[in-house]
Amino acid sequence: MKEPNKNDKKSSPWKSLGTGLAVLAGLIVYAYGFQITKIDLEQLRSERRQESLVRVTRALAQPDIFEYEQVAEAFTAPVHVTCPADGGIVEAPDTSGPYVTVTPSCAEPGEMVTVEGFKFIPNSSGPVRFVPGSDPTNVVELGNDTATTDADGSFSVAIKLPKRPSDEVQFIRVTMRRNVGTPQFTETARETWDKIIETVFLALLATTLGTILAIPLSFIAARNLMKSVRSPLTSIALSLLGWPLGIAVGYLLVSWVGTLSAPFAENIPVNVIFVVLTPILASLGLRWALPEEETSKPNKTTQVARLIVLFITVLVAFYGLFQLAHLAINVGLLGIAGLGSLAFLGNFLFQLGDIIAITTPVLGGLATGSALSSFLGRTGQRASERLAPSAIRLLNILFATLAGATLFGLFGWLVEWLYQIGQSVYVLWGPLIVGGLLGLVIALITKPKDTLSTGMVIYYVTRTILNGLRSVEALVMAIVFVIAVGIGPFAGVMALGLHTIVSLAKLYSEQVESIQPGPLEAIQATGANRLQTIIYAVIPQIVPPYISYTMYRWDINVRMSTIIGFVGGGGIGFLLQQNINLLNYRAASAQMLAIAIVVASMDYISSVLREKYV
Amino acid sequence: MLQVKNLTKVYDRGVKALNNVTFDAPKGQFLAVIGLSGSGKSTLLRCINRLIDPTEGQILWNGEDITAANPEEMRRIRRKIGMVFQHFNLVHRSKVLTNVLAGRLGYVNPAWSLLNRFPKEDMAKALQQLERVGIADKANQRADELSGGQQQRVGIARALMQDPEIILADEPVASLDPVLAHSIMKHLEEINKKDGVTVLCSLHFLDLVHRYADRVIALNEGKLVFEGLPSEIDDKKFKDIYGRDAERVG
Ligand SMILES: Nc1ncnc2c1ncn2[C@@H]1O[C@H](COP(=O)(O)OP(=O)(O)O)[C@@H](O)[C@H]1O
Ligand SMILES: [Mg+2]
Repeated sequence: MKEPNKNDKKSSPWKSLGTGLAVLAGLIVYAYGFQITKIDLEQLRSERRQESLVRVTRALAQPDIFEYEQVAEAFTAPVHVTCPADGGIVEAPDTSGPYVTVTPSCAEPGEMVTVEGFKFIPNSSGPVRFVPGSDPTNVVELGNDTATTDADGSFSVAIKLPKRPSDEVQFIRVTMRRNVGTPQFTETARETWDKIIETVFLALLATTLGTILAIPLSFIAARNLMKSVRSPLTSIALSLLGWPLGIAVGYLLVSWVGTLSAPFAENIPVNVIFVVLTPILASLGLRWALPEEETSKPNKTTQVARLIVLFITVLVAFYGLFQLAHLAINVGLLGIAGLGSLAFLGNFLFQLGDIIAITTPVLGGLATGSALSSFLGRTGQRASERLAPSAIRLLNILFATLAGATLFGLFGWLVEWLYQIGQSVYVLWGPLIVGGLLGLVIALITKPKDTLSTGMVIYYVTRTILNGLRSVEALVMAIVFVIAVGIGPFAGVMALGLHTIVSLAKLYSEQVESIQPGPLEAIQATGANRLQTIIYAVIPQIVPPYISYTMYRWDINVRMSTIIGFVGGGGIGFLLQQNINLLNYRAASAQMLAIAIVVASMDYISSVLREKYV
Repeated sequence: MLQVKNLTKVYDRGVKALNNVTFDAPKGQFLAVIGLSGSGKSTLLRCINRLIDPTEGQILWNGEDITAANPEEMRRIRRKIGMVFQHFNLVHRSKVLTNVLAGRLGYVNPAWSLLNRFPKEDMAKALQQLERVGIADKANQRADELSGGQQQRVGIARALMQDPEIILADEPVASLDPVLAHSIMKHLEEINKKDGVTVLCSLHFLDLVHRYADRVIALNEGKLVFEGLPSEIDDKKFKDIYGRDAERVG
């Protein structure tokens, strides 16, 4: 027991030496840091800097929001250049309003006189000029002096009389500007308003789109939901093959349905008829093909009939979607032409229709892909259950090789498309052979009756992609999207939306992982399938944290959308940056004020909502 | 008729929770499962509806091998096996009615579940079951607003929605005080006697076993150490089941 104590004592001088060295090292690090970050208070003290700091601060303190309409009013006072014989007597000015006096009232050319003004608006300024000739309304003016009134509305300037001697009386004119009427918003204020609205909507769209897509992702990035997903190799291989095949077939099929709707593209009544009719037909078809509840297994013919009806129903539904897109486009065009100041509603409809028209075939592809994939997967599952091990092994080898080759082939195609290598060894045959071999090896090393944990593979892949994308700043994403879709709020929505998806999916999935396992187990025990388990056991448990995370993200998105314009992503940031670069600080100040107000009020709203709902 | 043959479950870290367990549960019987905590009661019940996949052995349900069933067959089998839990396992934030309706999920088409819809008959049936367990007035409250005894009634109503042929009850009264325990056990007894539903119920207290069970099986460290009538548990059997140091009370 004594040994360590002794050691402690012995080491104490060493210890203090160590501490000293650590402090020294710290100092050096900081010294280097000062050097690197160019900390230099001398800069702050330099006169030039201070002057511009004062100028900018004053400009920032006067945001360019309101302006008055101004009128210029001219006041004149007589003056004799070369004093006349009578000494240049002038009559006293009318002192009921603003007035100007000149002392002395006569002088030689080149001599100085004092021009004084009284009862003007305090703290205003205007030019002081010599008007040659005897006409006080003469437009010719000489000189270059400025009068600035003090707090009492008086001023006094010394001016030098020009070499314009005359026998007649001449004049000094002071022009003062005066604000009239009520204050009005400046052009800057109006621009700022437009952009701040754009900013808020940018944040809104990014948050909603991001949330909607993050929810399903959060389920497949949750370990507790994915852990139990296991399937035999044949089933995995077949469902992998089903995706690209289904996407291609579905895309072509739905595009073909789209061409069927093209003849009625511009006929609004026909559009309306189909938009009303197809949902009715589709829901009838669905009701028949998907009975709400079934206690016994239907026979084969019913099953086949149901599949066919379901297929037709889905095609009808897609046809309806295309008609809906046409309808929205047509009505939108009418709106743009005829709604005047509400034309943006027409534009909204038009864009909506366009979006539906573009995304419907993609949707069809994805739907068919998932349907075919799950159908093939189930077929594979059944085959693996029924067949003898040797037959399963054969199927495993066949389909795993095929799936591996297809997957790698598609990847090679992507690489070719991106980098245009042009050598089929690297982008076609190479990947095909490597993928096929990989599939073959997996098929050979898995025992025929084994199941592989597909869930965990999907889980890890999703997690990796999410973590990778999450580490890219939204601003950097915005730069990429600006290149892809051009400068403007659309790029901002895409960038913020993508960042929202990945960061929310991560946060959400952690919530899914921390739900109570009891209810999950209970719902599974009733015979609920995976989808039903998620809907009835998972979702009710995660609603409050999802709402609170979404609001948190909304706060972040509002902040981000105010600066995403710095890199061209739309919103108020663009304007702000522009004004700063143009040294237009009063305008920049208006925009900063707007940002502060929006961020503060959105923060307030979300904190109120949070208290209410979470 | 439920037949369990040579059932063995080894958990991931090598824990042998069930060791070669064999027994039958004839149709309509109230069969109690007893044993110390950690003896494998929960594991046994969860193997029967495959919430846990057994390592070895067979479970025959009306002649069909549950351990070999594929996911679709499992759905069909599970919906006839109700389950009641020690901690009730209700979805707290959902309404009582929704919790009860969840018992129909094995029957309704998953596509309709996406829309959170149940057929009208199921709604009526759910209210009927709540009536039966005496809490029809609580249908529209949130599940976590109910007391423990009421929550367990909801659990029973949910199991009843499945039109079960057997109910697995995993220590259904272990979290309740004795008075409530009897009222819950009486519901299970009534379901067993009136509807002829087989009940497989793990229990902690022997007095409950004597009062409600037709027959008993006992587990000790995963092994079946007793099978017979409740009245056959004498002092020696008791020590086999609960260990040498156990004292018999009550
Ligand atoms: N998920 C699990 N992973 C590993 N071991 C487990 C798990 N669940 C239970 N066990 C172990 O299995 C044994 C039996 O547990 P259990 O079936 O819960 O017993 P009982 O319900 O009778 O209390 C215990 O030793 C327990 O520690
Ligand atoms: Mg237990």
